[in-house]
Amino acid sequence: MELYERIPNNVNLSEDKRLQRALEKWLPDYLDWWREMGPEGFQEKDVWLRTAVSVEPEGWAHFDYVRMPDYRWGIFLKPAERDARVGFGDNCGAPAYQEVPGEFRNPLRRIVVTQADTEPASVEQQRLLGQTCPSLYDLRNLFQVNVEEGRHLWAMVYLLHGYFGRDGRDEADALLERRSGNPDKPRILEAFNQPCDDWLNFFCFTMFTDRDGKYQLSALAESGFEPLARTCQFMLTEEAHHLFVGETGVGRVVRRTAQLMKENRNEDVRSLGGIPFDIIQRYFNYWYSYSLDLFGGEISSNAADFFAAGLKGRYQERKKYTEHLIKEDAFTLPVVEDGRLIERVVPMRNALNEVLRGEYVRDCVRALERWNKYIADEGVDHQLTLPSTRFHRHVGEYAGHFFDVDGSLIAEEEFERRRDEWLPAAEDRAYVRSLMHPVTEPGKIANWIAPPATGIKGKPFEFEYVRL
Amino acid sequence: MINFETSPEQYKHWKLTFDGAVATLSMDVQEDETLAEGYKLKLNSYDLGVDIELSDAVQRLRFEHPEVRCVVVTSLKPRIFCAGANIYMLGTSQHGFKVNFCKFTNETRCAIEDASRHSGQRYVAALNGTASGGGYELAIACDEIYLVDDAVSAVSLPEVPLLGVLPGTGGLTRLVDKRKVRRDRADVFSTLAEGLKAKRAKEWGLIDGSFPTSKFQEGIGERVQKILDEAGESGAGRGIELHPLDVEVTADGREYRHVTLKYNREGRYADLTMRGPEAELPTGADEIGELGDSYWPLRAYREMDDALLHLRLNEPLIGLVLLHTEGEIENVLAVDKALVENRDHRLVREIILHVARVLRRLDLTAKSFFALVEPGSCFAGNLLELLLAADRGYMLNDPEQKVELALSELNAGALPMPNGLTRLQSRFLAEPERAEEVFEHAGRFDAEEADGAGLVTFAPDDLDWEDEIRVAVEERTSLSPDALTGMEASLRFAGPETTDTKIYGRLTAWQNWIFQRPNAVGPQGALTNYGKPTQPQFDFRRT
Repeated sequence: MELYERIPNNVNLSEDKRLQRALEKWLPDYLDWWREMGPEGFQEKDVWLRTAVSVEPEGWAHFDYVRMPDYRWGIFLKPAERDARVGFGDNCGAPAYQEVPGEFRNPLRRIVVTQADTEPASVEQQRLLGQTCPSLYDLRNLFQVNVEEGRHLWAMVYLLHGYFGRDGRDEADALLERRSGNPDKPRILEAFNQPCDDWLNFFCFTMFTDRDGKYQLSALAESGFEPLARTCQFMLTEEAHHLFVGETGVGRVVRRTAQLMKENRNEDVRSLGGIPFDIIQRYFNYWYSYSLDLFGGEISSNAADFFAAGLKGRYQERKKYTEHLIKEDAFTLPVVEDGRLIERVVPMRNALNEVLRGEYVRDCVRALERWNKYIADEGVDHQLTLPSTRFHRHVGEYAGHFFDVDGSLIAEEEFERRRDEWLPAAEDRAYVRSLMHPVTEPGKIANWIAPPATGIKGKPFEFEYVRL
Repeated sequence: MINFETSPEQYKHWKLTFDGAVATLSMDVQEDETLAEGYKLKLNSYDLGVDIELSDAVQRLRFEHPEVRCVVVTSLKPRIFCAGANIYMLGTSQHGFKVNFCKFTNETRCAIEDASRHSGQRYVAALNGTASGGGYELAIACDEIYLVDDAVSAVSLPEVPLLGVLPGTGGLTRLVDKRKVRRDRADVFSTLAEGLKAKRAKEWGLIDGSFPTSKFQEGIGERVQKILDEAGESGAGRGIELHPLDVEVTADGREYRHVTLKYNREGRYADLTMRGPEAELPTGADEIGELGDSYWPLRAYREMDDALLHLRLNEPLIGLVLLHTEGEIENVLAVDKALVENRDHRLVREIILHVARVLRRLDLTAKSFFALVEPGSCFAGNLLELLLAADRGYMLNDPEQKVELALSELNAGALPMPNGLTRLQSRFLAEPERAEEVFEHAGRFDAEEADGAGLVTFAPDDLDWEDEIRVAVEERTSLSPDALTGMEASLRFAGPETTDTKIYGRLTAWQNWIFQRPNAVGPQGALTNYGKPTQPQFDFRRT
């Protein structure tokens, strides 16, 4: 079978000799990587997965049983618009770039590589989770997320192979060589080197960290480099499912804890086999703060350059904004100076990372309010919170300083003293891990999590989503 | 548009006369015959037009008058030799023009020294009057300097005290490097606006001698005779005539017999293609002499020279030049073989020296050069130097097609860079043995061999080629032109310093910096205020 027949695509692969040649070399390496670093122990099992076989409405969500190594990773771009234009920045209104403009080659490659690196990284982080799944439904969702992260890697590798020549091919190879958490060849972004070894971590990761991906992809979906924009637009349709898995997963844990508290008013949730809110809160603090780092520095010349060049826009740039130059606007943010927080005014273009982060924060707050409603619905008096965006940061203006969860500047000693109050301690992790026992009987679910409201694609929760 | 072709019948500012083995090159600048509006060329001051004629004369003396052993440079203006570059011309010129004007005049002075060193044509500066600034710098490019001792005439470099800039044609470097004037005396001389008259100038080594007005011609005559006696018989035979190049000029480029220059103005780059020689050109010295200036290496490199000058002065917005060649490698190698075998023959030697000068002109051109080695190209021998002179070389790696490079003996030392090294030596400074190894390589280099030997920067295959080149071009032309000029000049001339590299290095670094500074060109700067009733006001902070 020819390569282009094995790879579903809408990029005219059968005619594109350069892309064929690059993929012929890369594909076997990718499959080797998947076998080595993909989900451990389930490679030969049938999983009821969604596969994109075309970009048509009926084509991109095709459901069937498939063994993961046989998953048809495809290359799909949202169909081109006629007369596409650069939508923002100094070249606003010019015809969109169909090829990489030489002067932007290096920054664009860096954008694509950074985004691409997160995709295999998350598969690596989650590779052992299948062994402790709370239900077949969740196991299937994990694998759906995994194969689609794999497909997102393909989408980015398509860009590298198709538009960045030899450098692009080298970068595509390197994507399969780095390993999450490996000190010698780590993944590029720190959140993708953090262990994700229990399901609360997984749900927090898909809730908070994948949600960064949604906003990065949305900003790139506005790009004046059209192949990148169209690639990201299609990826966003898949990303929505990952966010659904995360948001509902966290919600089900929260709901279960509230249920256990309601049913046993005077008992510690721990003794009932649930995950207490203080641990959930510390997991939030941890993943939320690491995910905020992914947006980059609050004051960033890269962000300004990318916007000016028309490469990376704001969230829903075309839909939400009417003014696309933002040459004059300013943005005010608190920064640390001489040991205290003061307000600083910076040009808006330099603050675009922070603007995008603001969109993300609002989205997280919305999810948080929904979870708190679950708690209230059970008649339990507790509110989960999100920490200040300054808390526990490793990138940007607040890195190197210490803040409490309300965002007040504190001394390092105080932070270290209260660390276990705010961030998961070893015993928290150990406790959560102690709950992680596989439940693989159709229709059954672990005690620490509530079942979902509905199954997948009209199938009931009892459906055999994975044939073991 | 500035035209770089001229001939003695068309000279406005110089008279070239001959007396046996002696040529006299007399400066008589017509003050209204300027290249641009807004200034008059008083007191034998010069602009680029004057120097284009001088450059032409130096070139023709070598090719057309091989019998000449001594060239006397003097002036037809009473009591004035030359007042140097015209200050009002400099004051009204754009920065880029000033820089290229200085570079061209420097190349002309280096060509004078090249003629003396390699062609046995000794230059004598007969200063019948004051030589100031560029006037003295012209003199100091000659082998010997004689000044009239009339109690008035002086030699001087008044740029620093009068104009707040530097002597721009290598004067400072040649003072201490060529004439080896003691540095403290050079310091005094270079800050003394009125300069030094004959007696002191001789004591300090600024000139070689002086004669009173009544004895001046006689004194020069005796000195010239001595040079002729030392030179002996020339036995040079007839010269050849340098005919006009007959270029077809269009809005998009220039079409020569062997060279095509094509502008892509929107992309701010140009394609410069040099076509190799035909097969079976004559190989004997006499037959080459018969061909004269139509012989390929002479004609092609004269065209290349003209194209480079046009790019520099008339196409400031073109930032990148893509170098191409077309033709058969074996034909280029055959020409190189003929040149090497007849290198002791006067005309052939001149041709090789000329090729070397044109390649140095390329080395010194403030544009980016990328050489593209594609099927049908002939980067071999002398044309391989284009690739080696380029800032980067891209070679198509396609096993289906013949894409090759080749060396000839000319690559081994006949075509030195301004730093005195061959381009291969400069390229392999870290591993000198590599330069030897490429000569030991049997036969031609295909793309992988060339890549392995370090002769090219990148060797993309056929699938990548087009996009790699497009991206490289777009990326290069997006970068700061000033930073690129500085970067390229810094990277091109690795290895030792020579007088030439010092001159061009100081020129590009110091003079160009000073030319931009408010102390020279600001509203209160010295250059701006020269000749006005107002005094310059300096910002006295040293950097």
